[in-house]
Amino acid sequence: MRLLTHNMLSSNIKGVTNGFPLRIEVEKVVEKEVEINHDFLRNIFPKIDWKAFSDASRIMGYVELPEEAPEPSVLESDLEFLRKFHHALLELHLEEGALVCPETGRKFPVNKGIPNMLLHEDEV
Amino acid sequence: MSNRPELQAPPEIFYDDAEARKYTSSSRIAEIQTKLSERALELLALPDDGVPRLLLDIGCGSGLSGETITENGHQWIGLDISHSMLNVALEKEVEGDLLLGDMGQGLGLRPGVIDGAISISAVQWLCNADKSSHEPRLRLKAFFGSLYRCFARGARAVLQVYPENLAQHELILSYAMRAGFAGGVVVDYPHSTKRRKEYLVLTCGPPSLSTAVPCGKGEDGESCSDDDSSGDEENQTVSISDRHRPRKKQKINKKGKGREWVLKKKEQMRRKGNVVPPDTKYTARKRKARF
Ligand SMILES: C[S@@+](CC[C@H](N)C(=O)[O-])C[C@H]1O[C@@H](n2cnc3c(N)ncnc32)[C@H](O)[C@@H]1O
Repeated sequence: MRLLTHNMLSSNIKGVTNGFPLRIEVEKVVEKEVEINHDFLRNIFPKIDWKAFSDASRIMGYVELPEEAPEPSVLESDLEFLRKFHHALLELHLEEGALVCPETGRKFPVNKGIPNMLLHEDEV
Repeated sequence: MSNRPELQAPPEIFYDDAEARKYTSSSRIAEIQTKLSERALELLALPDDGVPRLLLDIGCGSGLSGETITENGHQWIGLDISHSMLNVALEKEVEGDLLLGDMGQGLGLRPGVIDGAISISAVQWLCNADKSSHEPRLRLKAFFGSLYRCFARGARAVLQVYPENLAQHELILSYAMRAGFAGGVVVDYPHSTKRRKEYLVLTCGPPSLSTAVPCGKGEDGESCSDDDSSGDEENQTVSISDRHRPRKKQKINKKGKGREWVLKKKEQMRRKGNVVPPDTKYTARKRKARF
């Protein structure tokens, strides 16, 4: 699972009012290189919750992202920023570990890169 | 006897290792899945601007549909309830992210972030109660409600479905509309029981040009050997149910078209050589309610 997906996921447990962001517990991170696409980065940028994203990148061991959301204008000019944004968003994978509901502490295990988001009957 | 997979076992049981294997070993299954996915993406009608979008693949299974999304240049997140199917997708090293999850429990996604969704032969599974705790209506409601919420304004979903009968078709569609979606159904090859394919085309947000539902394939008698009884009703391939249609417009239509319009129409018919009653003071006159 990439941080792109982590940034969209929230805990869906019955009664939880603020299930975002899921806390990340890391056992293993893998990196997979993919081609950069500036158009995608510009299109997705406004939808990214920056604090959750930059926090998550640090937990995954990547410390190059600014903590504060940058001005959208950097997306037009700053190639170095785009490269870092791309790397953290699409090239870091949580391979083994867990996602933890911020409200209830319920753990969603991540195995072979796949978060198990299935709820128990009493959580629906 | 029906051999519908939906009646044999819950999806996480039916799509076991053996069934999942078919998605890599059977070229026929692969071809069908890919064709359906390509058509779904076509109906999704994303802007042709080369910008990759973030899409969902609901019931992403072995990732054949996801690979079609990747080939079209978009990013995707796939959700499936079957371990075995997702394992096949892992083997293929698909480019989307995979989630093990049950759409009937609702999608745990932030509001307003997803640009569109496709789903191939999966949503009709929600019509079955596979556990005592399952209530199909609640599961459909949870699914469509959460899908609507996670969509960005104007986003579309194209869901190819195999409802078991008309009642299931209506059930699925009604819950989509209730969640707030506008749109309707596109049927390809409506006259062929084998090739007939049904796609729900759903749009989030107020109606616009982009919410118009496109036409089905094979509407005008593309050869369909196994069913040639084509009454007018069966030619009806596109049904549009649009809850966002303004009330006012509907009222205007109820009033009728007026005397002038009727006279013009009658004149046209006469010119065509039809026998038309003469125009009198009664023509297109309003009737009293008790008539
Ligand atoms: C016909 S297969 C589609 C396969 C997929 N498009 C592919 O390319 O391999 C239908 C899929 O829907 C999934 N499914 C059925 N019910 C589901 C549910 N409630 N939640 C999530 N996935 C479900 C099944 O596990 C199965 O993988």
